[in-house]
Amino acid sequence: MEAKFEPRIVAFCCNWCSYAGADLAGVSRYQYPPGVRIVRVMCSGRVEPVFIFDAFKNGADGVIVTGCLPGDCHYVSGNLNAERRVEKTRKALEYLGLGAERLRLEWISASEGMKFAEVMRGFSEEIKELGPSPLKSQVKNE
Amino acid sequence: MNEEEEIRIGVFVCRCGVNIGGVVDCDDVARYAATLPGVVCTSVNKFTCSDSGQADIQEHIRKYNLNRVVVAACTPKTHEPTFRVCCEEAGVNQYLFEFVNIRDQCSWMHIWDHEGATKKAKDLVRMGVYRAKLLEPLEESEVAVDPNAVVIGAGVAGMQAAMDLGDMGFHVYLVEKEPSIGGRMARFDKVFPTNDCSICILGPKMVEVARNENIEIMSYAEVVEVEGFVGNFEATIEHKPRYIDMDKCNGCAQCAEKCPVEVPYDFNEGFGTRGAAYVPFPQAVPLRAVIDLENCLRSEGKECKACIKACDRDAIDFSQEKRYSKVKAGVIIVAPGSVTYDPEQRNDYGYGIYDNVITTMEFERLLNAAGPTEGHVIRASDCKEPMRLGFINCVGSRDVKTNVHCSGGVCCMFNMKNAILLKEKRPEISCYIFYIDIRAPFRGYEEFYNRARDIGIRFIRGRPSEVIELENGNLVIRAEDTLKGEVRNIEVDLVVLGTGIVPHKDIEKISKMLKIPRAADGLLMEAHPKLGPVDTVLGGVFVAGGASGPKDIPFAVAQGSGAASRAARLLVTGKTKIEGITAASDESCIGCGLCVDVCPYGALTLDEKENRVMVVEAICKGCGTCAATCPVGAMEQRHFKNEQVEAQVKNLFTLA
Repeated sequence: MEAKFEPRIVAFCCNWCSYAGADLAGVSRYQYPPGVRIVRVMCSGRVEPVFIFDAFKNGADGVIVTGCLPGDCHYVSGNLNAERRVEKTRKALEYLGLGAERLRLEWISASEGMKFAEVMRGFSEEIKELGPSPLKSQVKNE
Repeated sequence: MNEEEEIRIGVFVCRCGVNIGGVVDCDDVARYAATLPGVVCTSVNKFTCSDSGQADIQEHIRKYNLNRVVVAACTPKTHEPTFRVCCEEAGVNQYLFEFVNIRDQCSWMHIWDHEGATKKAKDLVRMGVYRAKLLEPLEESEVAVDPNAVVIGAGVAGMQAAMDLGDMGFHVYLVEKEPSIGGRMARFDKVFPTNDCSICILGPKMVEVARNENIEIMSYAEVVEVEGFVGNFEATIEHKPRYIDMDKCNGCAQCAEKCPVEVPYDFNEGFGTRGAAYVPFPQAVPLRAVIDLENCLRSEGKECKACIKACDRDAIDFSQEKRYSKVKAGVIIVAPGSVTYDPEQRNDYGYGIYDNVITTMEFERLLNAAGPTEGHVIRASDCKEPMRLGFINCVGSRDVKTNVHCSGGVCCMFNMKNAILLKEKRPEISCYIFYIDIRAPFRGYEEFYNRARDIGIRFIRGRPSEVIELENGNLVIRAEDTLKGEVRNIEVDLVVLGTGIVPHKDIEKISKMLKIPRAADGLLMEAHPKLGPVDTVLGGVFVAGGASGPKDIPFAVAQGSGAASRAARLLVTGKTKIEGITAASDESCIGCGLCVDVCPYGALTLDEKENRVMVVEAICKGCGTCAATCPVGAMEQRHFKNEQVEAQVKNLFTLA
């Protein structure tokens, strides 16, 4: 990547907390880079490792799963299941050579618009430093 | 949907005035959408949610025989229901509608990057189109709504909600944790801006609540668990033992008089004492005694019988135990109120160290004729009447060290009112109010502020840096007068702290129990700050009063009525619809039961005979955790099936 590398980030957001937080970031005009793409699920507990691998297979440089704060999950404990699953998927990513740091989990509530934007900016910066996903040469690029 | 049926998608791009159109090139997005497989028509609207915008969708559905609709606009959180209905009306199943968020999560996000935002909008529309192709029609199930209501908290907001629903003919369980209803308002002396006597206007209302034949007051009780869903809640209520036979007691307070124990009187903000046996306050409803066993000599193993002997109605009953009851209700109104900041934790301005620094709630009780001093304001160090008073606003609010949030003008008005009451009673008393900004927002409030200045209350703009105690108990308030531009040291006899409004300790418990999110200030979050101020994100659960932000009395009452009317919509129709997004299992299930373990609702059961997991759809809330857990792909979440989500993921980025 000789030119400007703009990381592609996939954010899986739960409908009740983090998706609403993402909306609040928008309403409040807290900016983050356009490379961040949001996929809405009802609960972070719905996010399967296969979704995460698919994201990397389709050009993502980083994936972030966001859910309600522990104890505040709209579905009681779905976010804790997400946490376990993300932990394991991180290990798998490390093993595959993609690097665990390309996958992150964050708790963002519906009222944390500013946090949402900060997390997305921060993660995007980190991925920028890591450089493009090693899988990127395998997928067709722009 | 018939497999051979051709997919015919219409894409509608909304400019939302300039909200989207000012950043994203909507025509370019629509042109791009037209090139995507399955898209047969596109349209760009100024406001897709307007009548004409919705009519445009419906016309396109008919003209092009659409069977999928994609709207790229604001956010599904506010507008999905609108477009779902619009599609349904034109004969397209509402679950064949897909929302693409290009405003809140695109144009507003990237306001300086028009090119990047347009590119992202195209990607998002592509994601939506590919997902839409795979959507399946679903049916919403209709459920009956139980005609009863539970109201949590019997302060003025909860009482109003209960009365409104009761008057409409619905049975209300009014659950109050304290031994009497009335809440904070029962403790106030006078209320701004008219300075009418608080209990004189609240007392009759409390009696009215008790007389309302549709209201069942459950005092000294708490809702500890709620199960079920909109229209069909089951609340478990914990009834604390009162050690009093409610049928026999008549509230004569003989037991309280004879009780040898003295504990700080909570109703008087800790001033004065009450017995372990006591009647909460003279206007309490229900007017019955209560025995606080924690402070009773019996809890120390002593055989005290003072109250038993004093009671000529034989109402004392130490055999009572904590008990639980369950009630069914179609709706729940949450009105637990809020509390004022406790300055003791940080000894703000010497509170808790200096005798003559008190809070405004404590001052309120001193002013009250039924209070510990029968309405005479005296200070603790020497029991003398203070002649110079300093009122400090914004203690525990608008402060980065404690709580950055403003109490919405309630505390400004509160301190001002107390200063006015005192000054009008004794004009020779000097009152200083230290403020950051005066917030006097509603009808009559600005006039109230003017009245305070007219009668000679001195307003000093500046947050005091410290309060210093002198040997005689007097206090020096040191503050920068930011209007004069000089440091002032003002000696006073008594300091009153205008403490900010903070969440009640039960808010967290209630938020967890019902799954109502909390806002940054720790208070409960409404469904929409402007258009859904008493709704919550949960169907059938409403919020009113101080629990969702600092409120004065008229505001709390209005919210109580508002919540009751929103709740009545469900109760009147007696039925409601439940979303079609639930889990579904197929015959490839291997009966491993992993999904059963992760289901937070117990909606899955393992049929051992069939060796297959079955879903109880009425209990399932559609989180999809089971689908993510299933190792063989036998469990699916409707509307969020693997291939539906994967279609989005595969189209996230433009790959050339």
